[in-house]
Amino acid sequence: MLRPASIGDLCEVIAAGEKLRLRGGGTKDTVGAPCEAQVVDMRSFAGVIDYDPPELVLTVGAGTPLAEIEALVAGEGQMLAFDPFDHARMLGSEGAATIGGIIAAGVAGPARLSRGGVRDHLLGFTAVSGRGEKFVAGAKVVKNVTGYDLPKLMAGSWGRLAALTEVTLKVLPAPRTRRTLIRRGLDAAQAVAAMAYALGTAAEVTAAAHLPDWQGGAVTAIRLDGFTESIAARAAMLPEFEPAEDADALWTAVRDAAPLPLDRPLWRLIVAPGKAPGVISALPHAAWLFDWAGGLIWLATNADPAVIRTAAEAAGGHAMIFRADAAMRAAVPTLHPQPPALAALEARVRRAFDPNGVFETGRF
Amino acid sequence: MSLVMPAPDPATLAKRAEIVAALRAIVPGEGVIDDIESLRAYESDGLTAYRQPPMVCVLPETVEQVAAILRWCHGNRVKVVPRGAGTSLSGGALPLADGVLLGMARFNRVLDIDYADRVAVVQPGVTNLAITCAVEDAGFYYAPDPSSQIACTIGGNVAENSGGVHCLKYGLTTNNVLGVELVTMEGDVIRLGGRGLEPAGLDLLGVIVGSEGLLGVVTEVTVRILPRPQTAQALLIGFPSVESAGQCVADVIAAGIIPAGMEMMDRAAVHAAEDFVHAGYPLDVEALLIVELDGPVAECGHLSGEVERIALANGAVSVRASVDEAERIAFWAGRKAAFPAAGRLSPDYYCMDGTIPRRRLPHVLNRMNELSGQYGLGVINVFHAGDGNLHPLILYDANQPGQLEAAEAFGADILRLCVEVGGVLTGEHGVGVEKRDLMPVMFSEADLAQQQRVKCAFDPELLLNPGKVFPELHRCAELGRMHIHRGEVPFPDLPRF
Ligand SMILES: Cc1cc2nc3c(=O)[nH]c(=O)nc-3n(C[C@H](O)[C@H](O)[C@H](O)COP(=O)(O)OP(=O)(O)OC[C@H]3O[C@@H](n4cnc5c(N)ncnc54)[C@H](O)[C@@H]3O)c2cc1C
Repeated sequence: MLRPASIGDLCEVIAAGEKLRLRGGGTKDTVGAPCEAQVVDMRSFAGVIDYDPPELVLTVGAGTPLAEIEALVAGEGQMLAFDPFDHARMLGSEGAATIGGIIAAGVAGPARLSRGGVRDHLLGFTAVSGRGEKFVAGAKVVKNVTGYDLPKLMAGSWGRLAALTEVTLKVLPAPRTRRTLIRRGLDAAQAVAAMAYALGTAAEVTAAAHLPDWQGGAVTAIRLDGFTESIAARAAMLPEFEPAEDADALWTAVRDAAPLPLDRPLWRLIVAPGKAPGVISALPHAAWLFDWAGGLIWLATNADPAVIRTAAEAAGGHAMIFRADAAMRAAVPTLHPQPPALAALEARVRRAFDPNGVFETGRF
Repeated sequence: MSLVMPAPDPATLAKRAEIVAALRAIVPGEGVIDDIESLRAYESDGLTAYRQPPMVCVLPETVEQVAAILRWCHGNRVKVVPRGAGTSLSGGALPLADGVLLGMARFNRVLDIDYADRVAVVQPGVTNLAITCAVEDAGFYYAPDPSSQIACTIGGNVAENSGGVHCLKYGLTTNNVLGVELVTMEGDVIRLGGRGLEPAGLDLLGVIVGSEGLLGVVTEVTVRILPRPQTAQALLIGFPSVESAGQCVADVIAAGIIPAGMEMMDRAAVHAAEDFVHAGYPLDVEALLIVELDGPVAECGHLSGEVERIALANGAVSVRASVDEAERIAFWAGRKAAFPAAGRLSPDYYCMDGTIPRRRLPHVLNRMNELSGQYGLGVINVFHAGDGNLHPLILYDANQPGQLEAAEAFGADILRLCVEVGGVLTGEHGVGVEKRDLMPVMFSEADLAQQQRVKCAFDPELLLNPGKVFPELHRCAELGRMHIHRGEVPFPDLPRF
């Protein structure tokens, strides 16, 4: 394992041309195929560089722990609105997630439904490309269209384009109050319809999830975030739903896919929400739950990967393996394979950052 | 005029008849325009200082035609410039003398509306406002609302990543587009994104939005639609100084409030707008804020009280809250008429678009006034205050020798100032040809080379919209070999295009 201490070191490490696997806290080490690459620990690039709350902008080293950033912004009544979280619990890993890892993995929780994902909140960055060259992209203001939006490419790129050293994020005021409303006993199709209905009202739903088995029955949950004064009025727009007890535990469970069994592979499917019930009926033996109003399906199943991927495609989406044993991860591509023309284009974009394949470790 | 475009290729110009015939074979009938008079209609976009009739204009109707045109042009090394409605303010759709202008206006159908998934699938030539019109009966709308929304197309919005007065709360185009169908310069038809929230691989959609027509031609767009908020209310707040107005904006945000819109106008802009539309703006103020709150009635009532309290604490001299929809619209009328109001003050005006960290606003406005004196040209300021996006309107008269050049130099100085204080060259109008040569003010050679390598991944022959965005066009092979040390390029003397 290498631990470069400066951008100059990092440039040298990358320019040496060895295959490299970038790592923050290592919480997602078990995502992707096992691979032989040299690990580069990015945690030296840590610390708060600039934070001016009324500007809604935060610049930090990419190796800064997520928990540290969340505590910092919470102290100013703000939040990272894409609802990031540490996968350590879900993947049974040690360590603490860094913001660079969160960005590279595109991690966003239940509120992603209404507030956008990592892509929507990464404003700019400094990085070292696979050529061993430092470059910057984006900016440190909330509104910018100067040049290509390379920050979008970094979100969810899983360390295959460049090593992030510094990132600028948009922050937003944290809501003063949250209220969760639920309906009980709905099946998958009814739940998706109920969530779509709620999202189509002026109630400004923040998050919407459905657990087929939560504390003894199916629960469809809607969260309203905001000013206390408005939440009662918004809740009144959804009379079919009733107030929930103990809602924090529910949202944490949704985020971590906690109710699903640990003894089989865990898949993450992103689909057109209206098609989510069809996916479930195509996979009758799977354990599952819906987040993002059905747009995100967590699926625990031993079903044939080809069947899962066909079902995801039929729903206008794709399926990623999130947790599986090493043998399965070695045999089945973690990311959903793309159509040939798109795959070729994506490979060219990767080469634009990493012409020698330094970051092409075979993990993805 | 200082702008240098890539020199027209004599061989391409000599083949004009052949190119026209090839395009006619792909798009029959009226879809190919080659007579000089009709081509004039396409000679510029919203940046009217620059004009160049295209070699030929083609108006395809199907994605197959777009693919065939691009494939043919790629095979024959002919440049292509995509165009939507031609309202770009940065010259993004400026034609090339040796290029085909690919007009997307005939792609004007709404293909699908899905209220359950809250998306609309539209062709790129559909106007921004038409999307809202298509869904408003069901209580929905499309949030990004550039002031040009009645005319500009969603394809142009995607290319420019356009914003509007509501993007502080609702985001720019990029935050509201879920998928596109794209034709590459080589003629491949590719789908990026869809109705799901995240892509399977790299977020190529994210880089297409805002790519200014340089990476591919968009032939279909899937946008997110939102339910209309229950109500909206605007506050009109006058301040005795720009500083106090700026502090009010910061305090509103610090109080946890993200208004739907938060616009500022300086004294000159307030007077120009009031003289023009008689919106009832207070005239004895140095800065005017329009703060719009939307959401449930209870929320708007609560928050407008909060904003009023914050405004008064910052020394506001007048505060009015709209009592009904008609008054809310009246409050906006002056702001929305800022451009035509500038047009009444001066024969020509030039709209700038930098973004700055908001805390630097007083400094930037003071410097701008100094520059105004130096160049002898007036400037009025409207400003998306919530996100720090400035729109200075420089007043000039193109018929006075030297004034256009002075306005451009003044504008460039303003943008350099924006970058100097930690901001950017463009917040929503794009780089185009206008800010192309200023890109090195914000980006090093290494930064620009990395962006251009992405261009090469999509369009290795650099045939799609060349001469825009990048101050120098390195051939892709050369860029692959290039190594940059301390921001210096190995071949500084190479011709720029
Ligand atoms: C009065 C006025 C007010 C404005 N207000 C705002 C505002 O509030 N906010 C804002 O952000 N902008 C504003 N603009 C700028 C402009 O309207 C936007 O940039 C708009 O998105 C351009 O759309 P268009 O259809 O006119 O595109 P065009 O001007 O035709 O083209 C713009 C760019 O898009 C490319 N392009 C067009 N269609 C496609 C396609 N299908 N595929 C690939 N590339 C394509 C072109 O090559 C060009 O680079 C304003 C302009 C005017 C004239």
